[in-house]
Amino acid sequence: MTGTLAALGAGLAVIGAGLGIGMVGGKAMEAIARQPEASGDIRSGMIIMAAFIEGAALIAILLSILMA
Amino acid sequence: MKYHILIAFFLLLTNLNKGFAGGGEGHGQAFDPAGTAIHHISDGNVYTILDGIGVTLPLPVIVYVPEKGWDMFSSGHFHPGHHEDGHHAYNGFVLHHGSIYRVTDPTFPAEGSVEVQGFEHELENNGGKDKDVYYVNFNGTKYRLDARSTLDGGVLGGGITSFYDFSITKNVVSMILVSLFLLWLFISAANAYKKNPNKAPKGIQNVIEPMVLFIRDEVAVPFIGKKYPIFLPFLLSVFFFILGLNLWGQIPFLGSVNVTGSLSVTMVLAVLVFIIVNVNGNKHYWGHIFWMPGVPGPIKILLAFVEVMGLFIKPLTLMLRLAGNISAGHIAILSFIGLIFIFGKSGESLGGSVVGSVVSVPLTMFMMAIEVIVAFVQAFVFTILTASFIGAATEEHHHDHEHEHGHGHA
Repeated sequence: MTGTLAALGAGLAVIGAGLGIGMVGGKAMEAIARQPEASGDIRSGMIIMAAFIEGAALIAILLSILMA
Repeated sequence: MKYHILIAFFLLLTNLNKGFAGGGEGHGQAFDPAGTAIHHISDGNVYTILDGIGVTLPLPVIVYVPEKGWDMFSSGHFHPGHHEDGHHAYNGFVLHHGSIYRVTDPTFPAEGSVEVQGFEHELENNGGKDKDVYYVNFNGTKYRLDARSTLDGGVLGGGITSFYDFSITKNVVSMILVSLFLLWLFISAANAYKKNPNKAPKGIQNVIEPMVLFIRDEVAVPFIGKKYPIFLPFLLSVFFFILGLNLWGQIPFLGSVNVTGSLSVTMVLAVLVFIIVNVNGNKHYWGHIFWMPGVPGPIKILLAFVEVMGLFIKPLTLMLRLAGNISAGHIAILSFIGLIFIFGKSGESLGGSVVGSVVSVPLTMFMMAIEVIVAFVQAFVFTILTASFIGAATEEHHHDHEHEHGHGHA
């Protein structure tokens, strides 16, 4: 039972991270389309933001592995 | 003709992986995809290449038992066979699923080599948590196996037991091989620059130069600023070490060692980053952690608490991200290969295996192509985050009247 709940928790964490990274990526693409000369800065900013969101999701997944 | 070769290749694949199909414990049991995947991504005391044909290279085992002292021998003494299980026990140690275990029972021979008859696996309920316990069969008796001590003291499922393992495992061998390769690569490139200064790069230089310049111009300079020459060697070492190991783990039939997916390896890298960031942090960095300027007093205390947590969360996410991404890639590939055995009922049904291969080979190849991209992206992300943490810690603040500078990332 706890295993199932942990799997559900991991799934929920992934939904959040997916929404977050999707938003970061979408907005970055819009920004690059609007201002192609700033694409380098936008891209590295995008990767860092995505990495932070991923970090939060990974902590949630680690917790669900530990609780399983 | 082409199709015949393709079909022969699929048949060969179904046959090749008989060893893989063992799955769970012993023979004649159903294929256990989760257990197989975990076994293939964990570290081991033997190095199996050409999995299935089973070319198993013995590695040095170095163990410390508090009562008996140090012991060192080759893992070839275990006579590893099917599924990296040892047919012999040596000095009270046995090899199961590629890892060594100790039999502490006094009736088990503590010296020399004896033949053992297979392993068993049981689930033990320990304080609401299911724990895997392994047993070895010897002369008709079941002996309980002790896993190696782990530093986490039980948080991640390990604990302090009867012996410590300092062996040269397959992860260590991979790290040594990749380091030697990188050393050769960079020394020969450096010599080429020394020999032909002011000439167009050729050969190895053409591979190395764009990547080094990319790390310098896109990562080190924008994030660290004018102090970048001190930190560039570390950033480059981390980038190429992670990239080399990521790619080494992607080569099929060479063990597919999951080094950068192992939490202990990424933990050491993250601890190095933690030390470098905090040793080089200037007084503005520490000021922003313990006494955030420009906010009211009570908030300062609250922010100090949050920032101190952030200090440790930053390397923690660095560690988890790399290990998680690489392990997830390995598990995805292994699950797709496992389709062959799920469809083929572990080799019972040849038709099922062929169907499974036809489904699994394109999926596996697709996944491996993605994993090559992930190998580069994760090495890059680790490096760029390290650079941004270093940059945040060493940034010189020109104190204007308004406090507008960036705050630490959490």
